[in-house]
Amino acid sequence: MASAFSATKFAAHPFNTISPTSQNKPLKIPTAASPFLGSTRKLLRLTSQLNLSRRSSGSVFAVSDVVKEKKPTPTPSLLITKGEGLVLYEDMVLGRAFEDMCAQMYYRGKMFGFVHLYNGQEAVSTGFIKLLKQQDSVVSTYRDHVHALSKGVPARAVMSELFGKTTGCCRGQGGSMHMFSSEHNVIGGFAFIGEGIPVATGAAFTSKYKREVLKEADCDHVTLAFFGDGTCNNGQFYECLNMAALWKLPIVFVVENNLWAIGMSHLRATSDPEIYKKGPAFGMPGVHVDGMDVLKVREVAKEAIARARRGEGPTLVECETYRFRGHSLADPDELRDPAEKAHYAARDPIAALKKYLIENNLSGEAELKAIDKKIDELLEDAVEFADESPLPPRSQLLENVFADPKGFGIGPDGRYRCEDPKFTEGTAHV
Amino acid sequence: MYAIARQRILGQSFQKMRPAVSVLRSYSSAAKQITVRDALNSALDEEMSADPKVFLMGEEVGEYQGAYKITKGLLEKYGPERVLDTPITEAGFTGIGVGAAYYGLKPVVEFMTFNFSMQAIDHIINSAAKSNYMSAGQISVPIVFRGPNGAAAGVGAQHSQCYASWYASCPGLKVLSPYNSEDARGLLKAAIRDPDPVVFLENELLYGESFPVSDEVLDSSFCIPIGKAKIEREGKDVTITAFSKMVGYALKAAEILEKDGIYAEVINLRSIRPLDRSTINTSVRKTNRLVTVEEGFPQHGVGAEICASVVEESFAYLDAPVERIAGADVPMPYAANLERMAVPQIEDIVRAAKRACYRSVPLAAAA
Repeated sequence: MASAFSATKFAAHPFNTISPTSQNKPLKIPTAASPFLGSTRKLLRLTSQLNLSRRSSGSVFAVSDVVKEKKPTPTPSLLITKGEGLVLYEDMVLGRAFEDMCAQMYYRGKMFGFVHLYNGQEAVSTGFIKLLKQQDSVVSTYRDHVHALSKGVPARAVMSELFGKTTGCCRGQGGSMHMFSSEHNVIGGFAFIGEGIPVATGAAFTSKYKREVLKEADCDHVTLAFFGDGTCNNGQFYECLNMAALWKLPIVFVVENNLWAIGMSHLRATSDPEIYKKGPAFGMPGVHVDGMDVLKVREVAKEAIARARRGEGPTLVECETYRFRGHSLADPDELRDPAEKAHYAARDPIAALKKYLIENNLSGEAELKAIDKKIDELLEDAVEFADESPLPPRSQLLENVFADPKGFGIGPDGRYRCEDPKFTEGTAHV
Repeated sequence: MYAIARQRILGQSFQKMRPAVSVLRSYSSAAKQITVRDALNSALDEEMSADPKVFLMGEEVGEYQGAYKITKGLLEKYGPERVLDTPITEAGFTGIGVGAAYYGLKPVVEFMTFNFSMQAIDHIINSAAKSNYMSAGQISVPIVFRGPNGAAAGVGAQHSQCYASWYASCPGLKVLSPYNSEDARGLLKAAIRDPDPVVFLENELLYGESFPVSDEVLDSSFCIPIGKAKIEREGKDVTITAFSKMVGYALKAAEILEKDGIYAEVINLRSIRPLDRSTINTSVRKTNRLVTVEEGFPQHGVGAEICASVVEESFAYLDAPVERIAGADVPMPYAANLERMAVPQIEDIVRAAKRACYRSVPLAAAA
């Protein structure tokens, strides 16, 4: 297919990691190795076992190559305009500041239960979601606050939901892990990993059905399914890769590979840790991208989303990223190597974008600081709003179980049976 | 097969009983007979033709004409975009159905048997049943999950479980179980039109049974209310509640009991969730004795819930302990005689009714 994915060459990221203390030499990845990063010794053992020559076929490759090819050194053509750059910056700062505020509120007792924060992964959410239209859908996991924010759910609504107040986006009935907004087409928020993938595939199915069966000619809505590395070992993931490719559904499967599933390293859990390779096995392109660089993510996302919109089917995009905090606020995060954390902290996506904007004269310190301040004020307002909002009233407990007010179903005239005042008498004689 | 011969007798006895039950309507003199299979097929056909958002999904529903031929002819009529043959991926295609329902389509997902729904139960419960609540009413899920439930004949432990009580314990689901063709048509049409997730539990052994239906039932706008039970036979001495195939057994048992001077009131539950507690309680207040019948495992079953409801609301009216007839508390055996012992039979219901009426009965000797 003639697209940005035609390159099949594959190159490594040069990367030196500080080895674990028992091995006093730096780990060197062989040049033809995968750009997979991780700080454990196991990586070296694993890469030596990989049959690297297999990788020359198929449409999988590292986007870092593509991006480099697009930017010849003398006069770099920019990937974004100033306006776009500021939108991306603001969105990532909103995501980061919001999650930091969540941590603060949690330790002050305003938020409770399970809270999973997204710090460090903002480039993936911003890079993808800022390319979507209002009617496109996003399906996420329990780490869904920032996906909801990027898609346009107001910070006030998300914060109230986390506080469990009735003004939250789900009236306090969903919570941190179940963000739904039909207005913004954020359809969850699922606690079970892998659960959102079939639901996202169904949303993509609906888009195709509306166009082909219901003849809504302009329906080209795309769905993005976000999920992690641990999910890629789950059966539902493969079932949906199969069906999405089989029926050519307009979906992009976005893997946020942050290398850790709670305390389980991706390398310990997966027979072949290169997730993007699983795409071609099902007949769709598999792309690996540096998920700490919002511009690279955006380039890949543009092509994947455009592919889906054109009706060419699904794409599997693996974003290599990292979460700066633990799995959740209850996770002591003792198993991850501090050197690994330091390595990724140095590649903070927000700092990287800021540097790009300033170096390419798209913006200045002052303007960016003004955005930071604006976000801080927005969050102060959101917290205040959430604090002052009321708790759900008692009467709300039993509401919304069914869409049908009394559970008696719909009558032949198309109206709810309970609306007929004579209906509750007697039994169901016909 | 002995069991099937019994079904034929039930069909005829049902016809004989009609005059006693027709309280509100007089039926046209030439009542047509249709099988449950044809009733379901016609219901699907009519709902698909009325609403283009309705589509079918499941294994073998298309080219094979349905594993039990329920979806026969629908692929030819509506095309492969609306009748989808899926790969063997229950979790995947159930989730796809739920996602489609989130956006307003009306999928009818077929499980070849409800035993296979266990591979998809996460989606039925967590992404279908709970979504309207979790999203505070923003997202309703107008999906129907249908397929045969409960024991068939000689299919072994992994193909014979009844899932009524599992699904009926979950808020956010509607659980329906038809008995005859009228129930099958009316409840399936109501389920497809319904804005909430519906689990529709059919019975494989009833598919081939014919029942008389009136012209009203055959009308394309016909549908039955959800959450309302039907009194199939009125009586004054003991109430027998049942659903699906057991309704036929209960009706037959009522005939036998009548010869001994015990007039049983048989309630066809139709809707396991929401359960029609008011009909059951009104009946128990009239008869003062209750026998619950179901095919599934006894512990935490439908009968347990009905018994608790009656004890909570009508305790003073009970003249005898509630009798609970259920399947044996074992995985379904294969041998034909053991299988017969593991599923309630008509004489079990008769004995239980007599116990409830304090008549002495010989010990169980069925083999």
